[in-house]
Amino acid sequence: MRKTFRGGVHPAYHKELSREQALRPFEAKGEMVYPLAHHIGKPAKPVVKKNDPVLVGQRIAEADGYVSANIFSACSGKVKAVEKRRTLSGTMQECVVIDNDGQYAKAEGFGTREDVSGLTNQQIVDRVRDAGIIGLGGAGFPTHVKLSPKAPDDIKYVIANGAECEPYLTCNDQLMRTQADAIVEGLELMLRLFKNAHGVVAIEDNKPVAIAAMTQAAQGHNRIRVLTMDTKYPQGGEKSLISAIAGKDYPARMLPADVGCIVENVGTILAIQRAVVFREPLFTHCFTLTGDAVKNPGNYMVPDGASFAELLEYSGGLKEGVTLKKALAGGPMMGIAMASLDVPIQKMNNGLTLLTDDPAETAEAQMTACLHCGRCTTVCPLGLMPQLMADAIVDKDMDRFENRLYGLECMQCGSCSYICPAKRPLTQMFKQAKAEITARKRAEAGGKK
Amino acid sequence: MQIIIVTTIVIALVGVIVGAGLVYTGNRFHVEVDEREAAVREVLPGNNCGACGFAGCDAMAAAIAKGEAPVNGCPVGGAPVARQIGEIMGTSADAAERRVAFVRCKGSCEVTHNQGNYIGINDCRAAALSGINVTECDYGCMGFGTCAQVCPQDAINVVNGVAVVNRARCVGCGLCVKACPKHLIELVPESKRVIVQCSNRDKGPMVKKVCTAGCIGCGICQKQCAFDAIHVSDNLASVNYENCVQCGRCVAKCPAKVITEPESVSD
Repeated sequence: MRKTFRGGVHPAYHKELSREQALRPFEAKGEMVYPLAHHIGKPAKPVVKKNDPVLVGQRIAEADGYVSANIFSACSGKVKAVEKRRTLSGTMQECVVIDNDGQYAKAEGFGTREDVSGLTNQQIVDRVRDAGIIGLGGAGFPTHVKLSPKAPDDIKYVIANGAECEPYLTCNDQLMRTQADAIVEGLELMLRLFKNAHGVVAIEDNKPVAIAAMTQAAQGHNRIRVLTMDTKYPQGGEKSLISAIAGKDYPARMLPADVGCIVENVGTILAIQRAVVFREPLFTHCFTLTGDAVKNPGNYMVPDGASFAELLEYSGGLKEGVTLKKALAGGPMMGIAMASLDVPIQKMNNGLTLLTDDPAETAEAQMTACLHCGRCTTVCPLGLMPQLMADAIVDKDMDRFENRLYGLECMQCGSCSYICPAKRPLTQMFKQAKAEITARKRAEAGGKK
Repeated sequence: MQIIIVTTIVIALVGVIVGAGLVYTGNRFHVEVDEREAAVREVLPGNNCGACGFAGCDAMAAAIAKGEAPVNGCPVGGAPVARQIGEIMGTSADAAERRVAFVRCKGSCEVTHNQGNYIGINDCRAAALSGINVTECDYGCMGFGTCAQVCPQDAINVVNGVAVVNRARCVGCGLCVKACPKHLIELVPESKRVIVQCSNRDKGPMVKKVCTAGCIGCGICQKQCAFDAIHVSDNLASVNYENCVQCGRCVAKCPAKVITEPESVSD
């Protein structure tokens, strides 16, 4: 096992803003909005109607198909409507809207510790599926699908991703400090599914307290070890972790399970533990509110469906006298720029970064022609050549981009855009080129039928 | 003397052998050339726009000569070219009416707004992939002009935040139709001038929130129409061009003023 992957960048981390802030619960009072398409896969089907009463932990939408996930209410009250609402992406999506009564009355059937030693593997996966767990690291892939690979005995590593390489975000750090035992228990439950696997908790070396807490919790668990990784972006990317830990690189068409790895965010593993041991569905997750525009940066356990704006107000709002120039759902590297804060927090949103300065605007003003310095090639964690890929796109030579420069392998981590001294929007170009190629391929495949 | 005779005979023999070889290879590697292909290629406009679906005019000419493409398959040349190709190919060209591109959005900067401030590649397709919706209206024109960039005829301009087609220049190649990430552009028969200039499929109140020029799906046009030529489905009116006689009644009655005769930028 190595401590890191090839390439990568060292952005300014700014984790000191919220690092020492303990996780606090956030009890939203306003209405809660649940987009039905909150995960990768098919949107869920609502199972409640207007004016139905709901309780905390009650299922409000059910999975529609295998790659789909249940949705649970995080508040009590009654259903206001099932209608189109504006979501994080800026589009109107079908959502269940709940009028929150602020009582947080809990539904029955979860919350007490059960003895899980007798559960079969299928029962564990079923409990995970019923709890509506999706990957909390960012992509929102339904977890029960990940836990059901074709050959479970070939899995060598179950990796608990606590790298948290994204600048600004600190909620996983806090989660590992406070919930270390539960995370280890969750990892043990996952290891029961894969009898030849070892558990690895991967943490970057800028989180010494979390490393100490996890190491202590993992003592006496023979199959689990805590691995201290170098602090480098994108250390927490699935491919980077697998490259470092299993020493394997794999093409974009393969899944981690194909090279014998399962990677789950530590937040997801905690959710698995809560789901299996306490039968608790997933309706809260950890979240960092940070940035130089925020008065009180901090870490919160947020209920799904609460609004970003309400959380900001609850925390104490913006600093006096500053103007908010940029709002990001997530951190600055992988986060999505937001047009409005008045949209619901979804499961895979793990932070809100509010900045007084818009780096994109500055970068655009400084953009020049490519200098051919080759720094993008040095930092690409996949060993691609971003400079030549960008040339191919400018020449509209998609064949060269795809077949000679392997452009489709790009995972859009943004390292090349970050390092580029000419401030070229490389990642955005690759994203667009990839989308064009995939659309063309899909059209061709459709034509053949 | 003898040398001269021998030389003559040898040269004559070589000539016969080489001649026979040439005749053989000529027959063996004979390439069937369709004279019509060259003739068709002469008639085609030659700007290699690719709008016919083939890789340029040469490929199109070959396809027409083989009978794989229709004689009126060149949208740029239109009826005159189709007629000439028809003569070459010996078939009558039932020339279709010239079709022109039309942008089904009226969302100029006065009637609708952008959400936030998009900074990045100046291309609608890139903006559509950025993870956020740039315009307030989920369906409307983003105004970065990707359609104008792909247009080989320079027939599209972005005017006040929305793309407008110059009907005189448009050759109906359809490249803009494929390029628009919001699927706003359609090809309409040139003579038809009653068109719904909106693509928003949301319910009326939601449309009004984001744009003052959008179709609210009220259905007045459908009730007014005596020719069964305009229908509201999915909260959006659409014209059946075959039935429409362009009486203009729906244009006059539309409360949102969204059924309009297309304005065109001219040179």
